[in-house]
Amino acid sequence: MREFMIIFKQAFMTKAKTKSFIITTALMMVAIFLFANMGKIIDSVQDMTGGDDASETVLFVRDESGALIERLKTQFEANESGTTVESSDQSEQKLTEQVKEGEIDSFLTLSLDDTNTIHAKYTTMSAMEFTLPMMLQDALQSIQTEMQADQLSLSAEQVETLFAPITFEQQSVSPSSKTEEELSQARGLVYVLMFLIYFAVIIYSSMIATEVATEKSSRVMEILISSVSPVKHMFAKVLGIGSLGLVQMVLLGGAGYIALKSTSSAESADGFFSVFGFSNLNVGTIVYAILFFLLGYFLYATLAALLGSLVSRTEDVQQMILPMSLLIVAAFIIAVTGLSNPEMAYLQYASFFPFFTPLVMFLRVGMLDLPFWEPVLSIVIMLVTIFVLGWFGARVYRGGVLMYGPSRSLKDIKKAIQLGKE
Amino acid sequence: MTLLLENVTKRFGDFTAVDDLSLSVGEGTMYGFLGANGAGKTTTFRMILGLLNANEGHISWKGKRISYATSSKIGYLPEERGLYPKMKVEDQLIFLAQLRGMNKADAKKELKHWLERFEVPHYIHKRVEELSKGNQQKIQVIASLLHKPQLLILDEPFSGLDPVNVEMLKSAILDFRNEGATIIFSSHRMDHVEELCEQLSIVHKGKQVVQGSLRDVKRSSSKQYVRIHSDHDLTQLASIQGVASIHQTVEGAVYQIEAEQVAHELLTVALKSGPIRHFEIEEPSLQDIFIEKVGKEHA
Repeated sequence: MREFMIIFKQAFMTKAKTKSFIITTALMMVAIFLFANMGKIIDSVQDMTGGDDASETVLFVRDESGALIERLKTQFEANESGTTVESSDQSEQKLTEQVKEGEIDSFLTLSLDDTNTIHAKYTTMSAMEFTLPMMLQDALQSIQTEMQADQLSLSAEQVETLFAPITFEQQSVSPSSKTEEELSQARGLVYVLMFLIYFAVIIYSSMIATEVATEKSSRVMEILISSVSPVKHMFAKVLGIGSLGLVQMVLLGGAGYIALKSTSSAESADGFFSVFGFSNLNVGTIVYAILFFLLGYFLYATLAALLGSLVSRTEDVQQMILPMSLLIVAAFIIAVTGLSNPEMAYLQYASFFPFFTPLVMFLRVGMLDLPFWEPVLSIVIMLVTIFVLGWFGARVYRGGVLMYGPSRSLKDIKKAIQLGKE
Repeated sequence: MTLLLENVTKRFGDFTAVDDLSLSVGEGTMYGFLGANGAGKTTTFRMILGLLNANEGHISWKGKRISYATSSKIGYLPEERGLYPKMKVEDQLIFLAQLRGMNKADAKKELKHWLERFEVPHYIHKRVEELSKGNQQKIQVIASLLHKPQLLILDEPFSGLDPVNVEMLKSAILDFRNEGATIIFSSHRMDHVEELCEQLSIVHKGKQVVQGSLRDVKRSSSKQYVRIHSDHDLTQLASIQGVASIHQTVEGAVYQIEAEQVAHELLTVALKSGPIRHFEIEEPSLQDIFIEKVGKEHA
């Protein structure tokens, strides 16, 4: 136990003391605070630069029918859109020229055909302008309706009945489903946590593989395993790095929590966060996130230690753990596709496959009201897998750490087990 | 005898890495383990350390098998490096000493002493990768000595060191021996083994080709030379029985002889033709013996 603690401490402390770890953690915390205060920052930047709203845009309109411009003007004034409509009688060609030269932003030509249908043409330099054209379309649509109603001599009430919306309610009787509102609230939180789990697992498990390979290539390994058993060394290492990961997660989580608390009091940020479902944090989801992070980490870290023990140069580590990394990426992709519809059947199957469980089951448990046995069963499957992999990994590890030479394929597992037995 | 290897054989599949190896090292003595690369030296050390199990034979230290229970009494210096490149010298040495059962305070005190002895106290807060190869080797030697082991296994301890540093390390290791430690070390530098070891083995492709005390090994060698310097004609010496080969030199000749008494005959015959200026029976160097037993390609 003494040796275990020494290696555990060494694995934890040497990483925790590195500049890169401290700097990355600090940067991530700063990023969280910036993100949380995005609304405020945008506001204050706009205040300082004057922002967009201050400057009034002027829209030049060339009305060929002569009957539309006044109506459009009244519509825009009623909307308080900040855009003033100005009549122009210059030719279309000339106006186009002016737009090209940047003298005016845009212009609109209007005409009416025989059936009294409005034809509008909006000309601008920008290909990515949406707000004003949308507004114009809406305004013109209602002008057209008004005109047609006049022609048919319908009263305003009659017109209204034409457009009265139906009432449509959606109800799901599936026991696991949440309302659409709840779903979208959970989605943001689940997505962010899923991302965290994904990154943490991929970063920390590859850290394990690199650590093991470094120890092997520098031959410290021979000294280590002549004082502690390889199995003890492996698990101490996995736990040490795992604790480091947990500490980092807790730091980031704490930063996130404080950031939320401090901004949620301010009215401005409220809207921003409720979109992401952060306004009412679900404690259960957080607990599952931590649980699945830990399980996912131990599963992949054990695998990574096994793979790391097979290579003798750190350069070969990435190549060796590639299949493992792909497994995590696959889990992430499956989980992300499920964000919009977490009830799909393949997600249920995938969530019980131990290498996908940390992300996919977390997604399901975070978004749906699952029966309790489902997450519990998946956790049990994971624990069994971790145990089996740990046992198997230890056998490979025993021999793997003594193997040198150009070993960089999975075939070497057999060789390593053979050597471990000897 | 504290360290005892009896008829140890280690096979990896069809390949025999160590074949029927026997040796014994007493307390306060140093044993030299010579062999070319791939001769089975590291495998033997790994077996002594208990990292690998022998297929046949027994290994014991003070009558017991070496296990993790005894690891605090054993110092091991693996071939090249054996340190964390990114860890600071002090942290590293404390970590390794703790693993060998030392407490932190003692380790700290001891490592200061050793760094000073090896004239590198200013490296204490440096990372290992910043040090030169020779200085890394010093740190590594410290790591294997710090916990005052009773059994010291050194795999190529002097590689990468300049002559001044070799002397420094030699004296440290000799001090250890004089305090009663059992030391076994491998090398392909014959001169170091010749200078330090009472007993030695030469292994070749897993087989122990030479074994015993330095003197016996030299005596038993068929390669003995007689050097004669004379101004007179020595041609008739060539016909003497037992002379294997002659190598003419500017001042005379060197004769390879098959047995020691041939030397007397050479002297008698040479004196008959006139006075000689120089007569010497040359002992073979370990280098000669090694080449004789293992073959020129590995010297």
